[in-house]
Amino acid sequence: MVKLIIDKKEVEVEEGTTILEAAKKLGIEIPHICYDERLEPTGSCRLCLVETNGVLVTSCTYPVREGMEVVTENERTNTARRKAIELMLSDHDVECITCEKSGSCLLEKYAYELGVKPAHKEKHVYPIFKNELFSLDKNRCILCGKCVQVCKDIQQCNVLDFAYRGMNTRISTPFNREFKASGCVFCGNCLSVCPTGAIVENNRKGKGREWELKKTETVCPYCGVGCSITLHTRDNRIVKVSSSESSLNEGWLCVKGRFGFDFVNSEERLKKPLIRENGVFREATWDEALSYVASRLKEIIKDHGSDAVGGFASAKCTNEENYLFQKFMRCAVGTNSVDHCARLCHAPTVVGLAKAFGSGAMTNTIEELENAECIFIIGSNTTETQPVTALRIKRAKAKGAKLIVVDPRKTELAELADLYLQINPGSDIALINAIMAVILKKGLEDKRFIEQRAEGFEALRAHLLSLDLGDALRITGVKREEIERAAELYAGSRRSSIVYCMGITQHICGTENVLALADLAMLCGMVGKESTGVNPLRGQCNVQGACDMGALPEFFTGYQKTDDEKAVEKFEMAWGTKLSRTRGLSIEEVIHGAEAGEIKALYVMGENPVISDPNSERTIRALKSLALLVVQDIFLTETAELADVVLPAACFAEKEGAFTNTERRVQRLRKAIEPPGEAKEDWRIICDLSSRMGYGMSYKNAEEIMQEIASLTPSYNGISYERIAIKGLQWPCPSKEHPGTRYLHKDGFSRGKGRFYCVNHRDPAELVDEDYPFILSTGRVLYHFHTGTMSRKSRGINEIFPGAIVEINPEDANRLLIGEGDRIRITSRRGSVVANARITERVREGMMFMPFHFREAPANRLTNDVLDEEAKTPEYKISAVRIEKCY
Amino acid sequence: MKVAVGMNSCSLAAGAQHIYDHIEKKLKGSEIELKKVGCVGMCYREPLVDVIEDNTSTITTYGSVTEDMVDRIFEEHLMDGKPIEEWVVKRDWYEDGVRKTWDVDEYFSKQRKLIMENSGYIDPESIEEYLENRGYEALKRALKMKPEEVIDAITRAGLRGRGGAGFPTGLKWKFTREATGEEKYVVCNGDEGDPGAFMDRNILEGDPHRVIEGLTIGAYAVGASKGFFYVRAEYPLAVKRLTTAISQARKHGMLGRNILGSDFSFDAEIKEGAGAFVCGEETALLASIEGRRGMPRPRPPFPAQKGLWNKPTCVNNVKTLSSVPWIIRNGWEAYASIGTGKSRGTTIFAFAGKIRRGGNVEVPMGITLRELIEEVGGGTEKGVKAVQIGGPSGGCIPERLFDLPVDYESITSTGAIMGSGGMIVLDKDTCMVDVAKFFLDFTVKESCGKCTFCRLGTKRMWELLDSITSGRGKEEDLHELEELALTVKSGALCGLGQTAPNPVLTTLKYFRDEYTAHIEKRCPAKVCRDLIKYEVIGEKCTGCRACALVCPTGAAVGERQKVHTISIEKCIKCGRCYEACKFDAIEIKDLGAEQDG
Repeated sequence: MVKLIIDKKEVEVEEGTTILEAAKKLGIEIPHICYDERLEPTGSCRLCLVETNGVLVTSCTYPVREGMEVVTENERTNTARRKAIELMLSDHDVECITCEKSGSCLLEKYAYELGVKPAHKEKHVYPIFKNELFSLDKNRCILCGKCVQVCKDIQQCNVLDFAYRGMNTRISTPFNREFKASGCVFCGNCLSVCPTGAIVENNRKGKGREWELKKTETVCPYCGVGCSITLHTRDNRIVKVSSSESSLNEGWLCVKGRFGFDFVNSEERLKKPLIRENGVFREATWDEALSYVASRLKEIIKDHGSDAVGGFASAKCTNEENYLFQKFMRCAVGTNSVDHCARLCHAPTVVGLAKAFGSGAMTNTIEELENAECIFIIGSNTTETQPVTALRIKRAKAKGAKLIVVDPRKTELAELADLYLQINPGSDIALINAIMAVILKKGLEDKRFIEQRAEGFEALRAHLLSLDLGDALRITGVKREEIERAAELYAGSRRSSIVYCMGITQHICGTENVLALADLAMLCGMVGKESTGVNPLRGQCNVQGACDMGALPEFFTGYQKTDDEKAVEKFEMAWGTKLSRTRGLSIEEVIHGAEAGEIKALYVMGENPVISDPNSERTIRALKSLALLVVQDIFLTETAELADVVLPAACFAEKEGAFTNTERRVQRLRKAIEPPGEAKEDWRIICDLSSRMGYGMSYKNAEEIMQEIASLTPSYNGISYERIAIKGLQWPCPSKEHPGTRYLHKDGFSRGKGRFYCVNHRDPAELVDEDYPFILSTGRVLYHFHTGTMSRKSRGINEIFPGAIVEINPEDANRLLIGEGDRIRITSRRGSVVANARITERVREGMMFMPFHFREAPANRLTNDVLDEEAKTPEYKISAVRIEKCY
Repeated sequence: MKVAVGMNSCSLAAGAQHIYDHIEKKLKGSEIELKKVGCVGMCYREPLVDVIEDNTSTITTYGSVTEDMVDRIFEEHLMDGKPIEEWVVKRDWYEDGVRKTWDVDEYFSKQRKLIMENSGYIDPESIEEYLENRGYEALKRALKMKPEEVIDAITRAGLRGRGGAGFPTGLKWKFTREATGEEKYVVCNGDEGDPGAFMDRNILEGDPHRVIEGLTIGAYAVGASKGFFYVRAEYPLAVKRLTTAISQARKHGMLGRNILGSDFSFDAEIKEGAGAFVCGEETALLASIEGRRGMPRPRPPFPAQKGLWNKPTCVNNVKTLSSVPWIIRNGWEAYASIGTGKSRGTTIFAFAGKIRRGGNVEVPMGITLRELIEEVGGGTEKGVKAVQIGGPSGGCIPERLFDLPVDYESITSTGAIMGSGGMIVLDKDTCMVDVAKFFLDFTVKESCGKCTFCRLGTKRMWELLDSITSGRGKEEDLHELEELALTVKSGALCGLGQTAPNPVLTTLKYFRDEYTAHIEKRCPAKVCRDLIKYEVIGEKCTGCRACALVCPTGAAVGERQKVHTISIEKCIKCGRCYEACKFDAIEIKDLGAEQDG
């Protein structure tokens, strides 16, 4: 500790603290513009000059020294500060009356506080540099350099930098090229740190002054990171989106989280219930629509039984809504056939990790990734699917962590990796087994952990040692040295963290893939410790919550099993009704059941299976054969277009509730604006419908629902709105006093001891042959989300990434005379689509990749609806296709 | 007998290559050896050709040599053994192994050659010649000492940073040695960017092994295993010779693993600068080596704590490192006995500007400015007015202060800084406001743009000076200029910004009357174009048409043998008529008074 005197007051701070931070401790605010506590201080604006020992020093950079005396404000510092502001204003376009930043501009603030007037000097006149989403107005830039730092150190894109010298210094992209051509990922984090109006969102222009905007703290509705966002609204419209520096995501967002909100105020939003009459929709009143649905459902239940009805809940709706939805299906309808899109992604995680550890969720916290020594990323294109998590990974790498990336596709993180294994699609088990075998042979396993914390090791050991490494090399297509290096890096680091995603789960052997990863982690004792673990990255804002809430056929809330009689009785007691003991059906089983005529009615809340489910032709056929399809959504989606009744719902910005993010953190969602037209919160619609069905539901507000959830769910017992008001809580949170759980399995696994499983490589369901010589994988891109319902409504984002593409290797493209952007037809055994070719070495020869967001070229027409037996997740990652150029 | 030709950049600029080629042709078939050497510092007499006697090693130096002169030197001196005395500018001979020098200008009589002891005497591309001249002896000796003992010797010698700031070198080494971190770096700062400064270039071109030896000793002392020579790319010859020297040093085991059979391993490479003055500032230099944009960062932390890639790094100037071998070889006592007060040893200056003898001089600290400029440098033709010392970061010291000794403290007391050694001598024809503007123009362009004060402050100061020199200045501009200059000086981020106002502040301090004159629309030195006019003196004009023929704008006109006139409207004040007139019939007058009238 160091003692010093600031403005005659003594303060004691840690060594290495800067004067500015020490002063803050005393409650003294030193003026500053270029300083941001999230970034390395640069001392460029010179506003924070203070006097010590007769000289002026920048307090943001100067470390405290024992006994030093500091004066933060005197005539000398004031003169210097005034001069600094005067100089900045002398080359600044002082147009505060039309500037969007006025009211929160730091230059304006300090000019006002120090009483500095703009002088008439020769100024630069730069053209405004605009891209699809934001504008860089260099005439307003004061060159604080924060945008450059963010781009370099946080986002690590290196798009923005200083160019030229002296007075001519300016912020520029490389060679002043367009942002799009410079590697910009449009995260807009540069914009978030800009102290003046130099970088601003295009969309917000003219929509309101800073002081007119209402701010609402809520959670981003896109991926599973669960970034805190602040909605700035005026006149029931979203003007801009920001994020607080003190949030878990430290204020950093991605392109969707910052710019993807045009959908909220879109004219295309559903405003009234619709009923199909003579093949076309007509607007209806709520009463009419709900009565119709209730009576039709009752009829079907009467004629065909409760199990003729299925329900799809939503990973985009709140916990409260998912809870009510499954309660509705189980109590009002009387079936366990309730499921949601987790089935299409992380069901193998839920099943696999529950088998190995006893709990099927991300074991550790996003933040912890930053301090890992080794990060093993397998089947996750993190920079595009969870961009803000990727920032932690990049920062870990910058701090010296070793990065191992395993992926058939050369992703951005693969480029950055210390070791990149480009395995053959579907060969994960062979690879992980081989790595484990090497670890055993080298004696790198954690013997103590295995002995104390796990069971089934001897069988695993015998299994692994019986495998032939040569087979693994042949199956995976990687080199022996690479496998050895991976084993050494993973097992040899003190804190190794496994990160995985759809590349692991979307296979017929998805559950086994997950088990193999759990084996690897336990073998090396890399679970139950900080910055280690097995970390599935979840894809949607509340997919974790929807699972937690029991929107799954086999579970009530908190993974209480529906085949556990005690649990069933508990819920019968709480819900006051008899519950079904019949096994419920998963999404694909419901679809196949509908096709077979066994399922007669389907209630879909906020899901779009026509685009998201495999083998679309079959899905459409199945949905069309239903006697009743009810779709409750914010837009008339491709699925809603097939519905008999469409119910207009409120979106995330229009309701209260809670989301649970990928790291099990329950966070508050808050209402910022009113829903359009007659649209209503999903939970109100469910309550209303349920009551009409004869099972009364009445809640005053969302909070009351959460109280019920907490009372019935051990892992949510301690969760209340009051407690999650600021940063949320991570489950398990069993009591009101419990601080939440950062990482799981610390002292013991949820199931007692961890269990090793022996798994074997299996070939994918579909292999290439003469007719279908390419392997197609599907997935996401940075700019779009899921079925595109939300992201494609954002004009700027859609301009950047306007439509379907298919990635193809240059060698293949050459051979087939395909040029960049050519229209090509891709055909599988199930269907055919046309997309623009993107020639890239990201995919290897014989492989193709296609995002599934685009209704005009739905990749899921091609995908194979063969399922993982245990988890019922389709094998999206491998379909055999052929291609031809369209002329 | 041997013949040596000075082949540094200054020599080549004066045509040394032709002379060398010519001599080579002449010597074809003879047994006389021809070699290349560096520059002895007499740049004003280049090309220099030495004739070296075999038995006595006496050197006879001919200056300003032409091809015709070579022919005669060949005939009379080389063939017949008779020196051509009227062309001899310098002679060296040895007494008890000690070199004595005589020169025609008494240029060397007050100089003391420590750093430049080999410059101009040995072939810079031959490690053998360096070794023959006690080269790498200091390294051998240092490696037998403990690193702390080496640091102690440098500390006691009183060596201070010759880059200009004058930080005690021993202390810097000590800090780096004591900094925690396994990996450390040493860096030689050869980014000599001051206009009119060429000391480092001369050493790097003339005696590169000395710099390598100094850096290696430094690396041993601080515990570094890797070093960098940061040399500006505008010095291709220095880069070439240093590259050669590094590879020779590696071959001879002076660089690389287990240097001279010891446990000490060290290697160094060259990083060429990309033409930014600010990269002479150590933190910007380090950023540049790391491959980032050369922009300074605030200190602390100092490079000794956090330098290259955040590892402890010691950055020393070329001259500082070049002093090290001499100190280790001759003992710190010998070095400390030279100089004055807290400034010990010698330093090198580069004479430029209006001085008679442009070149490099090495003088003991404590010599007075008057001795240095008038006696060593030979003064100027029109009388010395001031000297700008330390380049654009330095300041103007007026002639009346020339009795001050050259040492860090005395120079700083004038408001200038010692700087790295650039010395631009100004005569009576120089306008001091114009000089301030000239130097500021340089810093305005070379500011990296990072900090507000330097990026904008220097530019706004320049604008004020521009307005003053063009007659638009007002009395209150002087106040604003001074206030801005003081704020920039105390508030800028790095050395460049903090010293950029020095030329303005010192000229304001010592030549305020000239500023006032400009406010009154007069340029006393008749330099500032907007304040002067050219006029023909009727009585003297012969109507020779010389002025009219050279005038680029047709302002000077007149018929043959009739008095000419110069049109104020057309005249761009280029001064060509003034230079062309053989009858002194053109005079420069103040414009201001008339305009007002």
